[in-house]
Amino acid sequence: MAIEIEQPRVGLSKVAVSKTHGEDSPYFAGWKAYDENPYHETSNQSGVIQMGLAENQVSFDLLEKYLEEHSEASSWGKGAPGFRENALFQDYHGLKSFRQAMANFMEQIRGGRAKFDPDRIVLTAGATAANELLTFILADPGDALLIPTPYYPGFDRDLRWRTSVNIVPIHCDSSNNFQITPEAMEAAYQSAESMNLKVRGILITNPSNPLGATIQRSALEQILDFAVNKNIHLVSDEIYSGSTFSSSEFISIAEILETRGYKDAERVHIVYSLSKDLGLPGFRVGTIYSYNDQVVTTARRMSSFTLISSQTQHLLACMLSNKEFSENYIKTNRERLSKRYDMIIKGLKKAGIECLKGNAGLFCWMNLSPLLEKPTRESELALWKVILNEVKLNISPGSSCHCSEPGWFRVCFANMSEQTLEIALERIHKFMEQRKRN
Amino acid sequence: MRLIVPLQGVVQGRGGLILGSLIPCALFYFLQLYLKRHRSPKPQSNPPSPTTSSPKLAEMTRTSSRSNLFSRSIGQVRISSRAISIAKPNESPYYIGLDKASEDPYDRLSNPDGVIQLGLSENRLCFDLIEKWMSENLGHSITGRDNGELNINGIATYQPFDGTMELKLAMAGFMSHIMGGAVTFEPSQVVLTAGATPAIETLCFCLADQGNAFLVPTPYYPGFDRDVKFRTGVELIPVHCRSTDNFALSITALDQAFNQTRKHGTKIRGILLSNPANPVGNLLSWEMLYAILDFAREKNIHVISDEIFAGSMYGNEEFVSMAEVLDSEGFDKNRVHIVYGLSKDLSLPGFRVGVIYSFNENVLAAARKLTRFSSVSAPTQRLLVSMLSDARFIEEYIKTNKRRLQNMHALFVAGLKGLNIRCADSSAGLYCWADMSKLISSYSEKGELELWDKLLNVGKINVTPGSACHCIEPGWFRCCFTTLAEEDIPVVLERIRKAVENTTDLLNSS
Repeated sequence: MAIEIEQPRVGLSKVAVSKTHGEDSPYFAGWKAYDENPYHETSNQSGVIQMGLAENQVSFDLLEKYLEEHSEASSWGKGAPGFRENALFQDYHGLKSFRQAMANFMEQIRGGRAKFDPDRIVLTAGATAANELLTFILADPGDALLIPTPYYPGFDRDLRWRTSVNIVPIHCDSSNNFQITPEAMEAAYQSAESMNLKVRGILITNPSNPLGATIQRSALEQILDFAVNKNIHLVSDEIYSGSTFSSSEFISIAEILETRGYKDAERVHIVYSLSKDLGLPGFRVGTIYSYNDQVVTTARRMSSFTLISSQTQHLLACMLSNKEFSENYIKTNRERLSKRYDMIIKGLKKAGIECLKGNAGLFCWMNLSPLLEKPTRESELALWKVILNEVKLNISPGSSCHCSEPGWFRVCFANMSEQTLEIALERIHKFMEQRKRN
Repeated sequence: MRLIVPLQGVVQGRGGLILGSLIPCALFYFLQLYLKRHRSPKPQSNPPSPTTSSPKLAEMTRTSSRSNLFSRSIGQVRISSRAISIAKPNESPYYIGLDKASEDPYDRLSNPDGVIQLGLSENRLCFDLIEKWMSENLGHSITGRDNGELNINGIATYQPFDGTMELKLAMAGFMSHIMGGAVTFEPSQVVLTAGATPAIETLCFCLADQGNAFLVPTPYYPGFDRDVKFRTGVELIPVHCRSTDNFALSITALDQAFNQTRKHGTKIRGILLSNPANPVGNLLSWEMLYAILDFAREKNIHVISDEIFAGSMYGNEEFVSMAEVLDSEGFDKNRVHIVYGLSKDLSLPGFRVGVIYSFNENVLAAARKLTRFSSVSAPTQRLLVSMLSDARFIEEYIKTNKRRLQNMHALFVAGLKGLNIRCADSSAGLYCWADMSKLISSYSEKGELELWDKLLNVGKINVTPGSACHCIEPGWFRCCFTTLAEEDIPVVLERIRKAVENTTDLLNSS
């Protein structure tokens, strides 16, 4: 019989064993609860309703109609003449027709107030990859990026995990509707310096996740000035730019640059994706738009690790270059999101809950601080647990978004049918009634 | 002098004080004004104009950053040191040749003087089969149908980042089939990635820290330098193989490289193999696989086996996967990770479909989470589930592909033989490893690159020089023959002949 010898376990890297993926946080714990007991309109009416996933399902019918009427987009036509070339195409420049279509789409979303050059578009498999890629390019391990709070929980993982770059928060609070101020930016910068971290850039999400609001022009000007003064980069994640409720309220950093004659543009980079506006997160389509030639070249080369399937590029090039489709989609999507937003705000108001005034995104920023026992993170998490386990709603606690004020929650409203949203609002209403009585 | 006199006046009286203060200030002010006017003009503000017709942005970057140095004031925004090394213009002949060939691609009818691409291992031999399958099966749309109604919900929404279970199942089955059915792959151990490129990088991130190294037999696929080193900070230590034993790997050489590296204070975390080998095209025998696993056990390191060419066999040998040896011997499976993809065997590089197959639960757990940065696109997953599950099609494809590969390989190698260029023994891959050392002027890397340049610019054929693959013997070239049609072979041979016209060896060929 063989003698059992204890084999030394073969080691893994720090990245592999790190907890930076953050999947132990409440943000993800709620998802687990949903996965284990998902609500279903007919088969599981008492299940957990997922309101923690910022997915846009309100405009699928528009996509389906397009695909039904344009089979050439999802196939390569009879005999598949273009197929061979497409199947072989792995050039990291990306399909020219697709880049052109993306540039046009981004211009349409901004009402033509900014121009985009297709040769400055770098394609990545999703905005997650785009943000990570930019972090690799703009910062070295140990450096820091400044990010206004509250921010998307995924940034902790996406920007830090493999890059070893730090995030230093720029604290924003409800006293001015969580707007970013020069004082807050300066404080964050000083804080980074005191920790001996070299600040390489500031990353904003506009429209903001989780606030669901666009950043005002004056704030954008101040943020750009700040970046110029400190000689750092400015990354503007504009992934929700097409999900604004009106066409005029969103101001892109691209517009600010245009009015400044593109002075100081070489430090600005825009991230975009089709996961939110077009509701196609499964397609894995992201872009980096950079005004910096060196960043464009480098990003392109790095994108080898995260190329978009040429089949998908072909499909979307057809779809997005169809002006009739894209114009109608942008307009209709906006209207429907706006309607959903009104519905949820009204419903929450009826239940006695206030939200931050929002004008974009797939979620609202709900204020439950009056319900907290104590204005602390622990109280917030306790309340979150109650809402998850008793009310059976998965919503995202502000602490997972690094919000410095406890009691705020992000509630998604676009990833379900109207009926399901009604049910969710009823549950909240009932919950609030019960609390009043107690 | 004249400056000092008024200053002396400062000391001597009130009027002097005022003058003495004003004059230096005024002079200082005028000095600044003078400097400002004569500084180089700042670049004109202009909107991001479309780049000029130059297809190589790398070149554009060079010129624009040069002008930046002169015209920008101090304070140009900086990029990371990682990025700086990546941004440098690419000097490897591997990439330069690829660019040149794509700028002026040969076409028998429309561009007969163009550059013939033999530097890209792409398989174009069986597209007719895939095209036929597409037109018969793709149907109306890639979306699903829900009671006859189109339903995009299934592919539009967030999918598991490491791939759908359907595709994992189909892929596991395909891998097993293509490797001769000797191994069963478990779908639960399959992690899908956007190509084999991120599969390799992701594994490196999981198995090694910055500053660690992997041993890699030479000559090796030039892309490994990018895949392993770009962002992970992990090094590649070459283990040289020689033509005397047909570039076979030796454990002695592995051991030597391991010890040498350790002496220099670098920790080796694993061995990176490609089997079938790229660029040589030979296979690792059962005995060698066993010996490698034994070595890895002794040193307690990982083994990454890139088996992306497993289905591109043309020789008579049987392919043996690392998984097969693991199965039958009592090795610790936790150190073995296999990489696969559909870019070579199924000719779909554009679709970005790669596989990490591991036996290590911790690696799988980490890799699954990391696939968020490089997932397979949902419509592509849907299409491939359909294609890979079509057993009859896959069977026909594998059979026909092998036959056509065998044919092209035989013709091409025979053709080179006619020019007195012999190839290393190989059984797989989309290329042959040709010995052109007799045609180089000096037996050195310089001589080899001169020949490469002549072949590219005079002969108008792009081949990959051995130095780009870190081959220790000069004069070897990788020639991919699966992008050619049979009629193109004589053209290629003629061009080689023309390019080396003055080399006597060629003229003396029997």
